[in-house]
Amino acid sequence: MPHDTLAFTGGFREPVFEAQSVFRTLMDCMARPGTVGSAAVAVAPPAPLCAAVGAVALTLCDNDTPVWLTPALAASALPGWLAFHAGASVTDDRQAARFAFVEKGAMLPDPGLFAQGTQEYPDRSTTLVVEIEAFTGGRPLTLTGPGIRTEEEFAPVGLPDMFVYFRAENRQNFPRGVDLILVAGDAVLCLPRTTVVRVKEA
Amino acid sequence: MTTADLATYNFAYLDEQTKRMIRRAILKAIAIPGYQVPFASREMPMPYGWGTGGVQVTAAILGPKDVLKVIDQGADDTTNAVSIRAFFQKVANVAVTTKTRAATIIQTRHRIPEEKLTSGQTLVYQVPIPEPLRFLEPRETETRKMHALEEYGLMHVKLYEDIARNGHIATTYAYPVKVEGRYVMDPSPTPKFDNPKMHMSEALQLFGAGREKRIYAVPPYTEVVSLDFEDHPFEIQTFDKPCALCGAQDVYLDEVVLDDRGGRMFVCSDTDHCEQRCASGHRGHLAHDKEAAE
Ligand SMILES: [Zn+2]
Repeated sequence: MPHDTLAFTGGFREPVFEAQSVFRTLMDCMARPGTVGSAAVAVAPPAPLCAAVGAVALTLCDNDTPVWLTPALAASALPGWLAFHAGASVTDDRQAARFAFVEKGAMLPDPGLFAQGTQEYPDRSTTLVVEIEAFTGGRPLTLTGPGIRTEEEFAPVGLPDMFVYFRAENRQNFPRGVDLILVAGDAVLCLPRTTVVRVKEA
Repeated sequence: MTTADLATYNFAYLDEQTKRMIRRAILKAIAIPGYQVPFASREMPMPYGWGTGGVQVTAAILGPKDVLKVIDQGADDTTNAVSIRAFFQKVANVAVTTKTRAATIIQTRHRIPEEKLTSGQTLVYQVPIPEPLRFLEPRETETRKMHALEEYGLMHVKLYEDIARNGHIATTYAYPVKVEGRYVMDPSPTPKFDNPKMHMSEALQLFGAGREKRIYAVPPYTEVVSLDFEDHPFEIQTFDKPCALCGAQDVYLDEVVLDDRGGRMFVCSDTDHCEQRCASGHRGHLAHDKEAAE
């Protein structure tokens, strides 16, 4: 298939109900950090973006939400796909981005470089959507904060060691800060800015 | 309802762009518990006083698998609740219920159901005035600043003046709370009796103010503390007698006038709670009279 026709295929088949279903997963996971939800929807964004991250993009992005892409995503057919299916435009300016997308294997950018919101309007911040390898099998991390009864745990594969440091920095700025949507395969796990992430004590 | 009927509406009335905008606001609201996220509130086919903020939140989250309950005060059968329920049946063909435990989404104007909510449930509040500082400071720019700087001294002064005037804190509705030790929040016009139910609730709580264009949230398992003083601790209303129909104690009661000779009784404001209790054999001291009358 020629490169540029990719942009016109692979969107939602039932936009109203698929967007609602993906949103409810995101809402439930944002409200209960550490809980794994499903975003299994048959969308087909251009490589290297995976289906579930594509579904998140179509659920939340439109012409009111400039998006930032990693170099590999920016060089792919994704900008055209986002423009066609969501009406969303790409920006290089991390401070202007409402969403940022990172594919599996790419280096996680420092969340501190994105819009943090202001003290008066902390909601005006970037949400990072990051695909990783898996939520189990890596170094165990504990999660505490609103939405968590006592403590949650996950063991991500594909996040840098710096991740815990990034989260601590992020937490210090509260109520400012970025929120994180992690995707592994069809599974979704959210870490709002309130979630405290620590390396699990052995 | 046929497919042809449904096709004349957007599912759940709102267009997809509006839903996306509201959904983004909801995610931010959950991420910043108690903070009021501005949103571009839409005109709805009902007046503002009818809970258009709550209706827009419900419309943005609602799906085909949901079961919706709508209450006004604690009742499912008042005009406001009946209209909103009928609206969503028409525009979303959604299943509805009056049973608290059967609902996935409960939209409310005042009360939090007596039955403990669980983790599969979302409570959507219709909020008239979302800003707890509005009566102290009318300027939005100033209240924003006060929230930004955590300057909540004025709020305490107001409660203190209440005590000076009345000997106790006289505020009984929309009693301010602090969420997760950070934002002071107005729990909509709920009676303060319900404030403790917000604390560490298993359910997600979403608040929509249509006229004031604000959405805010309390995630599950989040601290919600009613403002008070060590020497004047927060107290909820207590009722002298149990419910006249089901005998329930420790529930919120409404006064009902029985006749024109001044006869009156106190019954559960939460009608579903009362009916469930009556159905399982609980009886209050006037239950017999009611059965005889029917
Ligand atoms: Zn009763």
